[in-house]
Amino acid sequence: MSQDIKEKISLYGLTLSEISAIVKEEGLPNFAAKQITEWLYKKDIDSIDEMTNLSLKSREQLKQKYIIGLTPSMKVMESIDGTKKYLFKTGTNNFIEAAYLPETDRATLCVSTQAGCKMGCLFCMTGKQGFQANLTTNEILNQLRSISEFRNVSNLVYMGMGEPFDNIDNVLSSLEIITSEWGYAWSPKRVTVSSIGIIPAMQTFLEKSNCHLAISLHNPFDDERRQMMPIQNVYPIQKVITEIKKADLGRQQRVSFEYIMFDGINDTDRHIKEMVKLLGGLKCRVNLIRFHAIPGTPLNGTPDARIIEFRNALTAKGVFTTVRASRGQDIQAACGLLSTKEMVKK
Amino acid sequence: MNTWNDLKYVETVVIDNINLAQDAFILRFKRNFSFKAGQVVGLGVKTDIEPRLYSIASGENDEYIEILYTEKLDGKLTPMLSILRKGDKILVTNPFGTFTEYSDSPVCISTGTGIAPFISMIKSGKGTNPTFIHGIRTPEYFYFEDILREKLKDNYTQCCSGLNSPKFFNGRVTKYLTENPVNPSKKYYLCGVAEMVVEVRDILISKGIPYGNIISEIYF
Ligand SMILES: Cc1cc2nc3c(=O)[nH]c(=O)nc-3n(C[C@H](O)[C@H](O)[C@H](O)COP(=O)(O)OP(=O)(O)OC[C@H]3O[C@@H](n4cnc5c(N)ncnc54)[C@H](O)[C@@H]3O)c2cc1C
Ligand code: SF4
Repeated sequence: MSQDIKEKISLYGLTLSEISAIVKEEGLPNFAAKQITEWLYKKDIDSIDEMTNLSLKSREQLKQKYIIGLTPSMKVMESIDGTKKYLFKTGTNNFIEAAYLPETDRATLCVSTQAGCKMGCLFCMTGKQGFQANLTTNEILNQLRSISEFRNVSNLVYMGMGEPFDNIDNVLSSLEIITSEWGYAWSPKRVTVSSIGIIPAMQTFLEKSNCHLAISLHNPFDDERRQMMPIQNVYPIQKVITEIKKADLGRQQRVSFEYIMFDGINDTDRHIKEMVKLLGGLKCRVNLIRFHAIPGTPLNGTPDARIIEFRNALTAKGVFTTVRASRGQDIQAACGLLSTKEMVKK
Repeated sequence: MNTWNDLKYVETVVIDNINLAQDAFILRFKRNFSFKAGQVVGLGVKTDIEPRLYSIASGENDEYIEILYTEKLDGKLTPMLSILRKGDKILVTNPFGTFTEYSDSPVCISTGTGIAPFISMIKSGKGTNPTFIHGIRTPEYFYFEDILREKLKDNYTQCCSGLNSPKFFNGRVTKYLTENPVNPSKKYYLCGVAEMVVEVRDILISKGIPYGNIISEIYF
């Protein structure tokens, strides 16, 4: 990338109000802001030259300071089950991954929000690489825009590398672009943001967004969750759930709980009982997830038969529970396996 | 976002802001709440910047509250904290957090300002017979070393990665733990940035410490 390009500002990833501010600053007519967002988010252009309803002079003027700012993926890996893992370079020298999961009736893209993560969960590969940087709104959305299946993606999940609520401003801007009429105009029902439950940012999210929320629960007991997820010391899951119960959720907004199943650790009858107690009174769904063992972690996955029993027991007690299909394990694209640690070291 | 609206907080008065090392300070302010050693508070100088969290570094029975912090030049809050003077006002949330229960003979490991909850524990007389391992880059960051030497004697290990000297272990905390035995019957308490916590946790687990005996607080 030339020095010239580096210093220019990316238009892709800016919200309507940010583009309006640029339009004003550049002395372009007010309506140019809507025209630009249309080119960016509806007509999928790759260069400012393609914005043909702006005058040539305006385009030349924009090109002095701005670029569209799309970044192609550096590498794609494909699993035997059709899952694809895309590697992107971000910032100065950081690497992130996005996973594309096609199914018969839908196609989900799992995007990253940070290069690395600060939360240090015991069972997670991303956590093991430490934190490198927050992704910009451009870098979050580029994972969607710059894959060949872009227009096939039906659902977006913020469950890749990083903790979305530790980068709440950029995550909210990306959601605004995805769901606004002037942006991609997706229904918020197609988007799920997953978090370990950083309460202040979660409250902001619930206030400002109608997208679905998924909380990484993994253990209903305070002392046991603390051993696996340091966040429990600061924002305990019990408090997270109390706050969700208090929130005024949008009519269509769904809350779900992710629960990775660890053999003998969080899959006992005691855990079922406590889950029922904890989630009682909350309209929600629990997603059970198979654990894919990671190096240096003293945890094993629960056998499939027990996962089914666990699901049935929770459902019988009124907690709607499903088992998430495991995808892309052979290319380390499955839940908790995304990591660019080797590249961070280089 | 304006998180302050959702929080219980008070305005209180700065008693002192002591410059310990180049970018490290102790902020001392009037206390109007009780707390448990290991808890954190949210701090701010005005409500348009969301509160940042800080471990309390003073003892449960001290007259005032102390926070140990380093100034991040490109940060939002700490450059404002570093210019506070006696009599200035700050916003402080109620204390919260549960990094507060210490076993007998705990092994406490931290880097940099991650020492704060442990110093509060020691000043509060909690955690019988603790061992403390502190890692820093240069010796001026061995915060509270006088108290630690006096109270912990040989149970206090200083690891310095940026200066070789016979006075302390030369190298990072991770090197110290790799080269020295650990005790699987003890509980380990880690506090600091994620990189340190995950690396130390992996080393301890690889040396036979059950993960349930490792409790961590991360300064995210
Ligand atoms: C439980 C807990 C306890 C803590 N206890 C202490 C303590 O006792 N002492 C202490 O000193 N600190 C502590 N912290 C850290 C503290 O909360 C603040 O994060 C820290 O003081 C920096 O605040 P700041 O506003 O100056 O910097 P911020 O503005 O928050 O920035 C922090 C750093 O992140 C970088 N950064 C900011 N935004 C971005 C971005 N978008 N992308 C990439 N990088 C970015 C900045 O460059 C800066 O270096 C604790 C944190 C937690 C969670
Ligand atoms: S599980 Fe999520 S929050 Fe925890 S370390 Fe991994 S990426 Fe971070």
